[in-house]
Amino acid sequence: MMSHEELEQTTAKVRQEQQAAGDRLNVCVAAGCLSLHSDAVQKSLTEEVKKSGARCSVRGVGCMGLCSAGPVVSHEPAQAIASNDTAATQPARLYGGVQPEHAPKIVASLQQDPVRELAIDTTMPFFTKQTKIVLENSGSINPESIEEYIAAGGYRALLRALHEMTPAEVVQEISASGLRGRGGAGYPTGLKWATVARAAGAIKYVICNADEGDPGAFMDRSVLESDPHRVLEGMILAAFAVGASQGYIYLRAEYPLAVQRLGVAIREAKRMGLLGAEIAGTRMSLNLEIRLGAGAFVCGEETALIASIEGRRGTPHPRPPYPAESGLWYCPTLINNVETYANVPPILSRGSAWYAAQGTAKSKGTKVFALSGKARHTGLIEVPMGMPLREIIFDIGGGVPAGHTFKAVQTGGPSGGCIPESLLDIPVDYDSLTQAGSIMGSGGMIVMDDSSCMVSVARFFMEFCMSESCGKCIPCRAGTAQMYGLLTRITEGAATHRDLDLLVRLCEMVGATSLCGLGQTAPNPVLSTLRYFKNEYLAHIEDKHCPAGVCQCATTPAEVTA
Amino acid sequence: MVTMARPPLPSEDKRWRIVQGTMRKHGYSRNALIETLHTVQQSFGFLDKGAIHFVASSLSVPLSQAYGVATFYHLFQLRPPGKHTCQVCLGTACFINGSERLMRHAEQRLGIQAGETTPDGEVSLLAVRCVGSCSFAPVMIFDEKTHSYAKPETFDEQLQAWRQP
Repeated sequence: MMSHEELEQTTAKVRQEQQAAGDRLNVCVAAGCLSLHSDAVQKSLTEEVKKSGARCSVRGVGCMGLCSAGPVVSHEPAQAIASNDTAATQPARLYGGVQPEHAPKIVASLQQDPVRELAIDTTMPFFTKQTKIVLENSGSINPESIEEYIAAGGYRALLRALHEMTPAEVVQEISASGLRGRGGAGYPTGLKWATVARAAGAIKYVICNADEGDPGAFMDRSVLESDPHRVLEGMILAAFAVGASQGYIYLRAEYPLAVQRLGVAIREAKRMGLLGAEIAGTRMSLNLEIRLGAGAFVCGEETALIASIEGRRGTPHPRPPYPAESGLWYCPTLINNVETYANVPPILSRGSAWYAAQGTAKSKGTKVFALSGKARHTGLIEVPMGMPLREIIFDIGGGVPAGHTFKAVQTGGPSGGCIPESLLDIPVDYDSLTQAGSIMGSGGMIVMDDSSCMVSVARFFMEFCMSESCGKCIPCRAGTAQMYGLLTRITEGAATHRDLDLLVRLCEMVGATSLCGLGQTAPNPVLSTLRYFKNEYLAHIEDKHCPAGVCQCATTPAEVTA
Repeated sequence: MVTMARPPLPSEDKRWRIVQGTMRKHGYSRNALIETLHTVQQSFGFLDKGAIHFVASSLSVPLSQAYGVATFYHLFQLRPPGKHTCQVCLGTACFINGSERLMRHAEQRLGIQAGETTPDGEVSLLAVRCVGSCSFAPVMIFDEKTHSYAKPETFDEQLQAWRQP
């Protein structure tokens, strides 16, 4: 049985061990840096420390955010570890582009000046403009150690809720925080929880939607790889609040590392009595299982996801009934996204008022974005809701590469849209992005410069929707194929004005009549690029010319190459 | 509920025991269909007709449903994969950074289309939709290894390495 005292004992033990180990070198072993072979860096640092006899430990940690500088290593001096017990602060020294052969230099520098040629300036806006709630432990704890999560304050919120709160009070706290669904639609989380809690039924389920399918989005993957226990704690709290005893995490099979780390986290939590039967000695029980997706984007839609967990083809069905009333095996089911659950423990431990004080009037808290594309600094960032897009792209992201000009930022994946330079001062929140013709989405943010052709971007997303359409409803199945054909014709310089009119009419029809979100939002990339970059469409149609030099139009000037 | 006798293992191959293990772990429940097909694919590399038959009748799932599931999800392969696999990421960040050109290059070099395997059974070429390594776009995945900032030459070098005896 796990109690508050035991959590404190574990914490004290971990801190003592950490302080005794001296300095700390943290190597990012999340998928991004791993693909740049950070495991070899970790190995050579470990060997070097051993050889030199330095008082230093080498650990693998989760994502530190600045992926474009990978492989990333941070150095925490022993004094910093001793004096500072909240693990969330920026590490004292940060190194980028670290290769195995740099190990001797880094280890030799432990008690001296930093290795200058590898140092990353931690005072740059990329770091100073972020506010970390969901990512507070990312990059500072070992994701495969439950003890380190506990030492960073983990599972306190769960024990407090189980021992001192009623389920209704937990729902109330989440409602008061103003948290909205981070999967993209922004439905008030507290309202969803209250509906499931109220629903009649002896058996209820909680599901974590980790089927992060938007191309260009890797927030959920990073959270699961870097701090899996935070998601588990959020799910257990949700199960307590709504009265569920069985839960599923529906995870993309394309993320093997996240699958593995989540598996470790579930086992560890069970071992500590924080998951499974009679959690922390209370009557609350929760069994959690991982279910692997099999590569179907539509399974991110909640009714399709449920069909997939039931072992069927992932096709959606009309709502209502909503899963909150009739979901998995017709039982009341709570479905939230990874990031939504990850926000729950801090809300309960620090209070709804603290959370609601951040962000804007209608969008509270922070949002994690996967910043990529043509920005100088790319990676995983977390900013307060309401920060202007311009600040995110030009301060945090450092703007577009030298010699190029910014053209658009794409948010919301295939359901979202492209926002032009003239609208960059709008704040990042659910309502402003929708007004601009895009959506918040799950958090993909792709920066495009003058080398990107907006028609071909629209075509890219339409091809995606076409191949991912499940085929159940005709507007989506046939409509996306027709729109793709028209867009292809435009990029080939073979389209007429009539084709463009037809495209617009199809957009309206498919959006209005499709069964689920996939088809309803599939026209968004076309509509938003038509709204802000119509000249590019017209250039393809009238002049048979691709302004960005991407498309093979009949008369693309020879000197313009992509 | 009427339970029908479960079919015998299709062959002596030990890998069927692993498949059986997955079904047993889920109590031969119908909803374990996708999980079981995952295990078959991990063990055998693809789903052949016999395997789909075996799983369907073991779990008392209509064959039509099992085949429907096997063909619905992109990850399930109904044909044997090549000895090596080259995946080109066609996610948004990779697209912006020219992954379409990489795909065209690979297709030309191998003389096959995405989704196909070379006639000699050496290399399968696949398109994937975002592996989440967007900061290092464009990426290619050779067998299990992700290659960042891929160029056409990256592919050529890998192909040469694979083709060396």
